[in-house]
Amino acid sequence: MNLVKSKILFSLLLLPCFFFAETIHVGAGYKFKTIKSAISQSKINDTILIHKGYYQEGTILIEKPLTIVGQDYPTLDGLHKIEILSVKSDNVNISGLKLINSGKSDVYDLAAIRVYKNKNIKISGNILENNFFGIFLSKSDHCTITNNKLSSTEQNQNDSGNGIHLLYCNNIFIENNHITGHRDGIYFEFVTESLIQKNISEGNIRYGLHFMFSSNDVYQENTFRNNGAGVAVMFSYKVKMIKNHYEHNWGAASYGLLLKEIRDGEITGNTFEKNTIGLSMEGTTRIKVSHNNFLHNGWGIKICGGCDQGVVTKNNLIGNTFDVSSSGSTLSNDFTGNYWDKYLGYDLNKDGLGDTPFFPVTLSSLIMEQVPTSLLYLHSFVLDLIDQSEKLLPQLIPQNIVDKKPTLKKF
Amino acid sequence: MISVHNLHKSFGKLKVLDDVNVTLEAGQVVALIGPNGSGKTTFIRSILGMVKPEQGSILYNGQEILKAWKYRENIGYMPQLAKFPERIQVKELLDMMKDIRKNNKVDNIDEELIELFDLKKIYQKRTGTLSGGTKQKVSAALTFLFNPNVLILDEPTTGLDPVSAEILKNKITKEQSKQKLVLITSHILSDIEEVASHVMYLHEGKMQFVKSIEQLKMETQEVSLNKAIVKIMQQEIK
Amino acid sequence: MSRIIKYVMFDILRNRFVIGYCLFIMLITFGLLGLEEGSSKSTLSLLNIVLLVVPLISVVFATIHFYNSYEFMELLLSQPVRRSTIIYSEYFGVSCSLSFAFAIGMGVPLIFLNQGLVSVYLLLSGIVLTFVFVSIALLGAVNSKDKARGIGTSLLLWFFFTAIYDGLVLLIMFSFSDYPIEKYLLAFISLNPIDLARVAILLQMDTAVLMGYTGAVFSEFFNSWEGLIFASGLLLLWAILPMLLTVRIFKRKDL
Repeated sequence: MNLVKSKILFSLLLLPCFFFAETIHVGAGYKFKTIKSAISQSKINDTILIHKGYYQEGTILIEKPLTIVGQDYPTLDGLHKIEILSVKSDNVNISGLKLINSGKSDVYDLAAIRVYKNKNIKISGNILENNFFGIFLSKSDHCTITNNKLSSTEQNQNDSGNGIHLLYCNNIFIENNHITGHRDGIYFEFVTESLIQKNISEGNIRYGLHFMFSSNDVYQENTFRNNGAGVAVMFSYKVKMIKNHYEHNWGAASYGLLLKEIRDGEITGNTFEKNTIGLSMEGTTRIKVSHNNFLHNGWGIKICGGCDQGVVTKNNLIGNTFDVSSSGSTLSNDFTGNYWDKYLGYDLNKDGLGDTPFFPVTLSSLIMEQVPTSLLYLHSFVLDLIDQSEKLLPQLIPQNIVDKKPTLKKF
Repeated sequence: MISVHNLHKSFGKLKVLDDVNVTLEAGQVVALIGPNGSGKTTFIRSILGMVKPEQGSILYNGQEILKAWKYRENIGYMPQLAKFPERIQVKELLDMMKDIRKNNKVDNIDEELIELFDLKKIYQKRTGTLSGGTKQKVSAALTFLFNPNVLILDEPTTGLDPVSAEILKNKITKEQSKQKLVLITSHILSDIEEVASHVMYLHEGKMQFVKSIEQLKMETQEVSLNKAIVKIMQQEIK
Repeated sequence: MSRIIKYVMFDILRNRFVIGYCLFIMLITFGLLGLEEGSSKSTLSLLNIVLLVVPLISVVFATIHFYNSYEFMELLLSQPVRRSTIIYSEYFGVSCSLSFAFAIGMGVPLIFLNQGLVSVYLLLSGIVLTFVFVSIALLGAVNSKDKARGIGTSLLLWFFFTAIYDGLVLLIMFSFSDYPIEKYLLAFISLNPIDLARVAILLQMDTAVLMGYTGAVFSEFFNSWEGLIFASGLLLLWAILPMLLTVRIFKRKDL
């Protein structure tokens, strides 16, 4: 009984903290001219409302739960020297700010917003321009990063940090951000149980989205466009990739999606359009690729060595220069039941499936895989002849990549 | 006017002209005769520069012609079979030839044969539609058109009707009187007898002789050229 | 010479083949640009016309025209005209008419439907390849008195440059894939006018990135002034050299 009483009393004592949370105004015409002074005078769970203006105060440290709101995007300038916001508390909300010019460093990963070992951080609706790293979370969980606009004009990969950078995090929700001009748009390293959706990552120097050692994550309905390469998923497992658009990642060694050393992934309902390589796989196990569109890529699917138990089914492969190319050993990957626009077979029994198998790896693509120099003979008459001749000598092409039941209609 | 020295030509192993030496002068009508395959046409075409001899020289008025081309403005050539671009009209053909020769001196165009053969009637016809004889007439007209100093006629009367042949022969005689050199091949000896002043005889690529008709008749003691030549040919075969 | 070229062209125009060729190219070009979605795919089809059809038509037409002009040439030979003038007139007459027909046939649709640098490259390559293959065809024709043999030779030359040569180069590349053969690739490609044109055009298109590392090296070279001068110089050489040889043979030939 006594225990209950003391609990109630304790709660009552805490009440003012919730009931009397204040809004502290910062701005030219207000009591607090600087953000730092406002924070130092604030209580837990106060709201700091920053009015339109230009603030350069060095690194602003947030060490208690606060809501920091900008009105009409007040500008916080890091003058290319420092980290702008340093969050070292749980339950912090940051929104409506314009953060520019964080410092650049080879030693420290300076960011516009840096979150250290915290939970329940919400970062939304901010504009970040010309920062080294944009939003950098380490060892944090249950955070959301939504509706932010990140951009950088740095050209050099070494002088550029990632847009949204996560290290050792879990249960992070990233939605509706627009990231452009960074090194990687979104970077995950040891990040689990997280969801990335409806973001647009375009024009980044390296990858639109980069996974390292990150498992049990989902990314869906994102658009990756015009990046050095679209998405790289490496050394990870159980990653679901659903309904994303990989568009025009067009460069000498570029691709829409690169899978390297990953297992148990799922790639469903994505569109790969006009990439040098749509989907590139290396050392993958039990990857399911289904219901995707591979449209007008140089290579639709490129399989480098060591891929096994993959399933590629119900995809549309249309207008790719090469549908599938393969080098090295590929074991027991199943390519049954896709739509190939290059398939010229017939369907006598009218079951919607071609009566003859389709071999998507052409002889010319095989030659080019062996001797990359011969790529210079692309679109030459002799390679067309060679591809025609494989119809006469089908034993020339690898038999282990075959669609035994190609469909005649697009999915 | 034209002198040929040590002329040699062979097609493969076949020796077509074997050391031919001859000098032809202005005012002569030389009939080039010999059996089939004796090298008559090759000799003519060598003078025209169409066939390139292996050895020897051909001089026109003292000038070597083997690598020259301008001398041809002094030559009218009527080939054995007249060949023209087929899609061209007769009038266009004549105009074209005039046009091509434009930068060479064409002070006097001789259209007498056009009048005599009445070619203006067929001016609008395409050469491809003409009969063989009519083509020969056009060819003859073309040969004399530029009033050349040398006329080379390869079987000129073949395919011509007697009236036209007569016109042509009269024309040849007329040109001879203008101190021109006419070189003519024909198998019709009566024609030759009518127009020729000299006979040049080729046999298996070898020049046998050039003699005036009078001299020939005298030597063979025959009255007609026809018999005189047959006599010579039989002698050769022996 | 210009006077005789005029007559050669005059004769070709009467033939109506060239007008048909022009219309054929125009129809196909309009069709490809109009029907196919995405200009890259239709540009590739146009590339095939430039690389396959143009050389083929040039070779066949030039050879046939040479033999059909025999009478005309014979007529000219007895006139005060240089032999070289006759054969040069044939060359320029045929190549000018064919490339003119091609330029109109492909150029008009391109102006309306696909302006750009690639179109300029397509047109220039088509024109140069016409000259190259007329030149090659005449070399084949002047060497044989028999029409059928001449056409056969020309077709063989066309097929050699279209397929056989590239096949041999691929075979060499395949056999020596362990050696740094890239160095010699430029030489291999330069020795084939069709390859030269193909690479020059492809490097102007976004397809070029598919050509990998070697393609990037080539792209840098061909898009520099030196490369451009090198490529066009070589193509011109291809148009000139066989012709010079042809003239040499034609001058010494018995006709």
